[in-house]
Amino acid sequence: MHRLIALLVSLFALTPSARAAEITSFSLGNGMEVVVLEDHRAPVVSHMVWYRVGAADEPAGKSGIAHFLEHLLFKGTDDMEAGEFSATVARNGGSDNAFTSWDYTAYFQRIAADRLDLMMRMEADRMRDLDMTENDVRTERDVILEERGQRVDSNPGSLFSEQMRAAQYLNHPYSIPIIGWRHEMEQLNRDDAFSFYQRYYAPNNAILIVAGDVYPDDVRQLAIRHYGPLQPTPDLPERIRPQEPPQLSERRLSYSDPRVAQPYITRSYLAPERDSGDQTEAAKLEMLAALLGGSGTTSVLGRKLQFETEQAIYTTAYYSGTSLDDTTFGLVMVPTPDFSLEDAETALDRAIAEFIDEGVDSEQFARIKMQLRASRIYGEDNIESLARRYGAALTSGLTIADIEAWPDILQAVSEQDVMDAAKMIFDPNKAVTGWIMPPKKPEATQ
Amino acid sequence: MKRLFALILLTFASTAPLHAAVEVQEVTSPGGIKAWLVEEHSIPFTALELRFRGGSALDAAGKRGAINLMTGLLEEGADGLNAQEFSEAREELATSFQYRVHDDTLSISARFLTENRAAAVDLLRSSIMSPAFNQTAIDRVRGQVLSGIRGDLTDPSSIAGQNFDAMVWGDHPYGSDRSGTQASVNSLTRDDILDAYDRVFGLDRVYVSAVGDITADELGALMDVLLGDLPESGAPSVGRAEYILTGGVTVIPFDTPQSVALFGHKGITRDDPDFMPAYILNEVFGGGGFESRLMQEVREKRGLTYGISTYLAPMEYGDLILGQVRSDNSRMAESIAVIRQEWAKIAKSGLTAKELEDAKTFLTGAYALRFDGNAPIARIMVGMQMTGLPVDYLRTRNDQVNAVTLEEINRVAARIYQPEELHFVVVGQPEGLEGSN
Repeated sequence: MHRLIALLVSLFALTPSARAAEITSFSLGNGMEVVVLEDHRAPVVSHMVWYRVGAADEPAGKSGIAHFLEHLLFKGTDDMEAGEFSATVARNGGSDNAFTSWDYTAYFQRIAADRLDLMMRMEADRMRDLDMTENDVRTERDVILEERGQRVDSNPGSLFSEQMRAAQYLNHPYSIPIIGWRHEMEQLNRDDAFSFYQRYYAPNNAILIVAGDVYPDDVRQLAIRHYGPLQPTPDLPERIRPQEPPQLSERRLSYSDPRVAQPYITRSYLAPERDSGDQTEAAKLEMLAALLGGSGTTSVLGRKLQFETEQAIYTTAYYSGTSLDDTTFGLVMVPTPDFSLEDAETALDRAIAEFIDEGVDSEQFARIKMQLRASRIYGEDNIESLARRYGAALTSGLTIADIEAWPDILQAVSEQDVMDAAKMIFDPNKAVTGWIMPPKKPEATQ
Repeated sequence: MKRLFALILLTFASTAPLHAAVEVQEVTSPGGIKAWLVEEHSIPFTALELRFRGGSALDAAGKRGAINLMTGLLEEGADGLNAQEFSEAREELATSFQYRVHDDTLSISARFLTENRAAAVDLLRSSIMSPAFNQTAIDRVRGQVLSGIRGDLTDPSSIAGQNFDAMVWGDHPYGSDRSGTQASVNSLTRDDILDAYDRVFGLDRVYVSAVGDITADELGALMDVLLGDLPESGAPSVGRAEYILTGGVTVIPFDTPQSVALFGHKGITRDDPDFMPAYILNEVFGGGGFESRLMQEVREKRGLTYGISTYLAPMEYGDLILGQVRSDNSRMAESIAVIRQEWAKIAKSGLTAKELEDAKTFLTGAYALRFDGNAPIARIMVGMQMTGLPVDYLRTRNDQVNAVTLEEINRVAARIYQPEELHFVVVGQPEGLEGSN
């Protein structure tokens, strides 16, 4: 114990915020926000544009359109042929890609820092001037259907989590898979893509993040030149989505698929997300997840179910607080072959009940906080992943001040706070519990 | 507008490509252990990468999976600490150790804060020099490995990979999965684990690199503490694997809506003088990006897949050129037809001058992007040592890329790509596709 305290003290001394990446932010006249993260160790830059729109902003019946549009942004514009964007990035020795979530869609390039001007020119071009043929749209629709085939339909675990999510959210569009439901994806067309594009792809709905070997004044100058002239979308609506009603009864799912080799049980609960200026509840849940399932060896579930009773091969607890609307807190247990899913669920319930009874192990709690502090130092080595954290947070309703305050809010969580959060979240009436398993072997007919 | 773009491109393309801006020192410890070091003192931590040449291919006959299981046990207790105490010690120090095994290497990736360096190295040393391998831990980790093996049995991608390997390499260790089978893993004893340990670890096969807040003298002392007491050598090399597959199609029926195909044939060794042209060819043909011929033909023009890629696999005892694609069962036959056509085309006509130029610009520009952080740089440097590349390669590599001529490219294309030898292993229910052997 003595050693631990000594370590904590010296680590505090080690974390002057001055050494963290320099962060600058400003806005353009048309409403586009700009964030610059400096790291001058290598002559490389990450250029990202994040749109405050994702799968949870899609019109009813058009599931998958946000992600489909992301694919179509690599087709043409009034100035560029289909495929020319990526070909140009590659010819300049860079790599590019994009990703879509429920709350955001983001495009990025990694490239030599002296090519930033060209990247901005092209990214600004496709923010407002997308153009593509019917044939490009049809072919790309086949591609996203194959993508669904690969990511979801080939994987029983993915199919199952899609069902779990749909059961978790009765009313909020987080119930819809990002890739889309297949029957709706098959109908998506050029008009759907364009009306979504014209509304949401605009400077007043976008955040530019430039990270790497750049200086804020240069970025500002380039941003004004390339993004400054773009027209904002007038009367962009506030992002208000249908919210969840109170959950009054437990929801249970059971999914059988012959491709399941390893049965498991998962349980999720609706949970508050990080809110701007109010991240305390989320911080408690983040610490709760780390205590329960952060490590297969030393966490509460790992210790009880993998080591003491030896009923589990794997356990975890998860919570993702970066979300525009209510998120989920979840538990997973993979039982050893000697135990049924029924046994597993009983064991999981008991482990949680014991935890509520026993409270937080202070030494484990201190170790988690120590690792969180160290992760800030390690995190400085990867400016791109830091930039992604900024992008995800800023498109999920948080501010730079919220992001900067988050580590201290986590450190301020007390053991009692965690127990309060546990008692709040583990309400059996508010659980969504799922079993996934291979089909029962057919029984002999009588 | 279009002309302006073209003009700008030309200007950019003619600027000198980036060089990797890392200063590598070759360090020899007082005890004689060698390492490559990049000092980077701006963040107070170090990434340390260790690799042992050998890996799971050194499994003893009949003990498939022993080295994989042994690797999983290295972090499960050592020097009087049980698995949980070992993890707690690691967490208290906020250090991380990752132990991985591949066919040809066992790698250990560590990172530690400067202020905790000595304690972290002591803990890491205990896991390498005196792992406990106690029976409880063996049984628990065995359960995890068996769960993974069961999962592979119903995963189309794993089914394809394991069948392809078995058909290519037969009885050589490359021909079977490094995790072993349920039967082989169930039969492993503690003695088998101890034997697996002896096979892998030895001073004659270790490669080291470090990047971060550490000096050459500090690294030298660290290596002697960490590795100085290793035995001189481990198991002897297992000898070359013979490529025994011929061209054709193998269909493995599996109930799933989308088929997976693995395809390829014999490749090229890393030390072959034609390796660089072959590498450039693969980049243009199927290397990862949107721009490759296969991505353009199979995905962009026809929408037959979400992703297709090929790569060169120059392994220690054998080499392959390999690719993977997934297509709906109704469309796999068409994907395969297009791949065959492209395979024949590149063998016959090689690349165009423009393709070669574009590939050179991409490869030379993108090289610097790989050096993005202490751990990635440490991994690159240890890989270079194992491949036998000199430190100087970091400076000369882009010149080597640029020196490749179109004539060389086209000669090597005819040598590497063998349409008749191409074999497809397809898992799924592909329509209109017959197995040929």
